[in-house]
Amino acid sequence: MTQMLGLFKEAEGAAAATEALEEAGYGSDNFDVLTGFPYPEGAFGEREENHRLYVFPLIGALLGFSTALLLTIGTQLAYPIVTGGKPILSLPTMLIIAYEGTMLGAILFTVLGIFFESRIPNFRPGIYDPRITEGYIGITLECPEDRVNSVEQLLQRAGAQEVLQQT
Amino acid sequence: MQERTVQTDAEINSDLLNNVLKARSWYWPMVGFFAACLLATAASWAVVIVMGLGVTGLNRPVMWGFFVTNFVFWIGISHAGVMLSAILRLSKAEWRRPATRAAEVLTVFSLMVAASNIFMHIGRVWRLLYWALPYDFARGIWPNVRSALIWDPSAITTYLTGSILFVIVALIPDLAVIRDRTTGFRHQIYSILALGWRGSPRQWKLQIIAGFLLSALLLPVFVSVHSIVSWDFAAAVSVESWHSTIFAPYFVIGAVHSGVSGVVTVMIAMRYLYKWDKYVRPEHLDALGKLLIAIATAWFYFFVMEIMFSLYMLEGQEIALRELQVFQWPFAPLFLIFIFASYIIPVPLWLSKNVRRSPWAMFVTTILVNIGMWIERFLIVVPGLMRKQIFTFDWSSYSASIFEVIMVTGTFAFVFLMMLLFSKVFPLIPIFDIKEGQILSDEIKIGRRSVPALKVEE
Repeated sequence: MTQMLGLFKEAEGAAAATEALEEAGYGSDNFDVLTGFPYPEGAFGEREENHRLYVFPLIGALLGFSTALLLTIGTQLAYPIVTGGKPILSLPTMLIIAYEGTMLGAILFTVLGIFFESRIPNFRPGIYDPRITEGYIGITLECPEDRVNSVEQLLQRAGAQEVLQQT
Repeated sequence: MQERTVQTDAEINSDLLNNVLKARSWYWPMVGFFAACLLATAASWAVVIVMGLGVTGLNRPVMWGFFVTNFVFWIGISHAGVMLSAILRLSKAEWRRPATRAAEVLTVFSLMVAASNIFMHIGRVWRLLYWALPYDFARGIWPNVRSALIWDPSAITTYLTGSILFVIVALIPDLAVIRDRTTGFRHQIYSILALGWRGSPRQWKLQIIAGFLLSALLLPVFVSVHSIVSWDFAAAVSVESWHSTIFAPYFVIGAVHSGVSGVVTVMIAMRYLYKWDKYVRPEHLDALGKLLIAIATAWFYFFVMEIMFSLYMLEGQEIALRELQVFQWPFAPLFLIFIFASYIIPVPLWLSKNVRRSPWAMFVTTILVNIGMWIERFLIVVPGLMRKQIFTFDWSSYSASIFEVIMVTGTFAFVFLMMLLFSKVFPLIPIFDIKEGQILSDEIKIGRRSVPALKVEE
């Protein structure tokens, strides 16, 4: 299989190329659109991305809350001293720590979720060109050797400035 | 009216990475100056650690002085990041774009420096480890979670961790921009830092959701942090004049007032130093000026209420404290400076559009606000402790020693230095955010004029 990357200067050309690819039998699952900044979703007719990011903060919050509660209960029971006539397990004060623990867990797991769902770190990300962060739009796909020429022509007809290949 | 200029992506990259790729002539001398200030701070701190807190001006009954004042001040500045970045991100305010990164980074460094003030304040630095963390397994003595002084480290740790991660996540696409613009060793480093970012639709989608999600998670933490700082005071049984029920919202809104002012100061400094006139425009300062009027007035309301409640109850201690703060030397002139600097001078000036759109006027007025807000914290901490309280037998004054003055000055040098160092390695304005703002803008014709408009996102 050959990895191909078509570089487009204009968004319209890239959108035309994805349309042409779909007409040629490449579904939206077969190609990816690389851009230097976020375009509105669906601008290039790309596939809808499903993710489970929202589950991560919930798990993190639950873990954080439990850990904070365990920590506050455990440490107070391990060395019980009554101060100011307050109960050893003073719920309002424990809840403050538990609240911070909950939020910390949620934040940590959210970031883990972002990395996991974004598929990073990925130090072998495949074909790429630095011009993408300079405003070019890249359309990347894998195709069998015998279809390389036809895909290259298709991308060029849609307005690709250059088509790169990597085997 | 929006005054957006249209630039190519390459121009944006080159403008916003101008200091990352090649240092400006003033850069290293300025770094050297702040590093020297920091060295002086380190030397003073060493003296305080070796000789003990006796070399500071702290003594019974004023055991909280410059360090605690400075701690509260920097915690306040740290509220800038979430206020500007998270709230404006969640509300999709278009003018947030050049301000968010600087605000988030200012949050991180001011939180670090705020925490360092506590280390300075306790004298024997190493003891904080087992006072604040459940660490002392050998003796089985743990932090007292019933003390407000333990709530503080838990809140600050959460806020600092969240803020750092917030900055890192939003930096990844910009690190890819630098990766693509560097060679050799720097390219390798930035390649690792960019984590293999390519800019696929999935990555962008998650990047945008991450911005919203982390903003939403950090907002409640931001409110809790300064509330808890206020409880350090409000929950102290021995100082009667701190028992205000509105301390938490009063502290939070005060923090936002000084924090947003701090961000405006930093943005104007960035605009001048890095020649970012095209990115930090008068329209942004205008919008921030309007926001500041609302924040300052809300803060002023709480300030007046705090005084009113204390006088209305006719409690002897409270009335005596207010007398001390407002009429007696040396606090009377400080009180006047505080009230004029933080509200009476800046807010009427901000009512003028010309002032709001003038970088120099905004620079000076926002610095004034922070001078006033620092004094405000001093006036809460020191006069409150100076008088004889129910559990103390002393009645004494406080004057900071030279070591405290140097160390407090050093905290400012630390934040400036860290901001400068950050700007040498990472862009201080989010590049992808600015580019996104460009494609979401459009020209519409109204009558005889073409004006920039925003497309409404579905």
